[in-house]
Amino acid sequence: MGNNAPILEVRDLLKTFGAVVAAKDINVDISRGEVVGIIGANGAGKTCFVNMVTGYLAPTEGSIKFEGKELVGLETRKITHSGISRSFQVSQVFHSMTVAENLMISIAIANNTAFDALRLMDTPELRQQLDAVLARYKLEAHRDSTVSALAQGVRKLLDIAMAVVSRPRILLLDEPTSGISVEEKFDFMDIVMDALKEDGVTVLFVEHDMEIVARYVSRVLAFYQGEIIADMPPKKALSDKKVQEFVIGKEHHKRKK
Amino acid sequence: MLEDKTSKFVLFGGVLIILAGAFAPNWIVNQFMFGFSRALAIVGLMVLWRTGLVSFGHAFYFGLGAYAVAILDIQLGVTDVFLRLLAGALVAGLAGFLLGFILRNYRDIFFAMLNTAISMVLFGIVVKTESLGSTDGFAISMSTIFGLAPETKYPLFVIITSVGVIAALLVNYYLKTTYGRLTTAIRDNEIRVEYLGFSVAHAIHLKYTISTILAGGAGALMAMSLGQVDPESMINWTVSGELVFVTILSGPGNVIAPFIGSLVFEVLRTYAFELAPQAWQLIMGATFLTIIFFLPGGIWSLLEKLGGRKNGK
Repeated sequence: MGNNAPILEVRDLLKTFGAVVAAKDINVDISRGEVVGIIGANGAGKTCFVNMVTGYLAPTEGSIKFEGKELVGLETRKITHSGISRSFQVSQVFHSMTVAENLMISIAIANNTAFDALRLMDTPELRQQLDAVLARYKLEAHRDSTVSALAQGVRKLLDIAMAVVSRPRILLLDEPTSGISVEEKFDFMDIVMDALKEDGVTVLFVEHDMEIVARYVSRVLAFYQGEIIADMPPKKALSDKKVQEFVIGKEHHKRKK
Repeated sequence: MLEDKTSKFVLFGGVLIILAGAFAPNWIVNQFMFGFSRALAIVGLMVLWRTGLVSFGHAFYFGLGAYAVAILDIQLGVTDVFLRLLAGALVAGLAGFLLGFILRNYRDIFFAMLNTAISMVLFGIVVKTESLGSTDGFAISMSTIFGLAPETKYPLFVIITSVGVIAALLVNYYLKTTYGRLTTAIRDNEIRVEYLGFSVAHAIHLKYTISTILAGGAGALMAMSLGQVDPESMINWTVSGELVFVTILSGPGNVIAPFIGSLVFEVLRTYAFELAPQAWQLIMGATFLTIIFFLPGGIWSLLEKLGGRKNGK
């Protein structure tokens, strides 16, 4: 597969829950290295889309191909093995363990085959990798803190760091800045996006904050009632009439003016 | 494998107990044999507990191990202690591996009660089957060691203690591997473990099988220590409850804890029965409540606190 071929191809994706249609007619190609923002009101189908790509939900119909390989029907861990990783709206971490322990387990799993998993986990090589991840995500100060005692922003960073240690080629972030204060959100995103850029990871992230979208993405997918109603660069998307009406809200637009 | 403090302590403690046993009166040797036999099963339950799983039916595997010894003895005349132990552990481990395909899909009360249900099926079958000894069970002939019949129980005591030491070292090593470290991770967040690329079902299946091998080995050793098997004291749900009781009494903090907890349980039960033959369960129940209220981390957490205080922490 050539480098110009889309890394992710989604065709005719449909998801229904009984009579409720959560996603329909989703057709989208994502190119390698893109940073894509997924926007939409609550219940527009953004997280449903992320959940289908990462295997948390099975689509009712349609196809999702990653580097040409069909993902529909694969278990979540097999999707991770194929090179897709994700973070969650509510951080999914090991709350009774320390930051270092969380990352060590993540790194060990990323390094190991099933047989290796029966070898001692804590090795000098793993400690070196741990130090590098802690430094890259600026988590050194929290190294030995138990996760349950940490602030939401630090948990979010840890959640993303844990998702990235498996060296994914696509990373999906579900509302990375939710629960993070206005003062901290840009610093937070700078840390994350700098780290991901270094690794050349293709990023799709769900976001409600239009300032974040405008600053960090190269393309916007706007969802409304389960469908993609706009697929364009952020500047164009944020001034698009349909996006303003169904996603951002007219009031918000007027206020900005 | 033997470099950490726990491993050194297990080895040193094991050697010390074996040496001291040579001079100890018979009743103490017996207490240690019963306590350490049961402790093997508790080590397995501790691994499950760390994963957030509690089995109220491990008497099934304990009983399988014990009955494997009895049936081999009666049907084939096998008396060798190592063959008996191997048979008990393997039969229980095989059953655990097969049932693990079902049980790895359940959590919480469903996991606990499914195990109970399975153990009660075996209990029902044994009680109703004459060829399996029915309610009376079987007497087991004295174990031999490489064809030699020991005159005292001391050689069996040495073997049980050594098996306990080996099991504790192996499980301690296992808990430091990636598979082992996943115990707490799975308890905390299964979704994250799956998204890291590891199968929670496989990890739980392995832990469950390990726990059943240990319970089977424990049952085999207990059968050889007691010289008899019967469904009431080997398979009934009260035995499963007793195993859970000792697991909580011991605490999940360290592989040494089950051995200490089991010994405390043996002594406690013996003295409770001596003090109040009609109400010994009252004493056991009160102890259980005290542990839950004041020492939720079990006896091990108390030892840790005392150790910390001594070190000025």
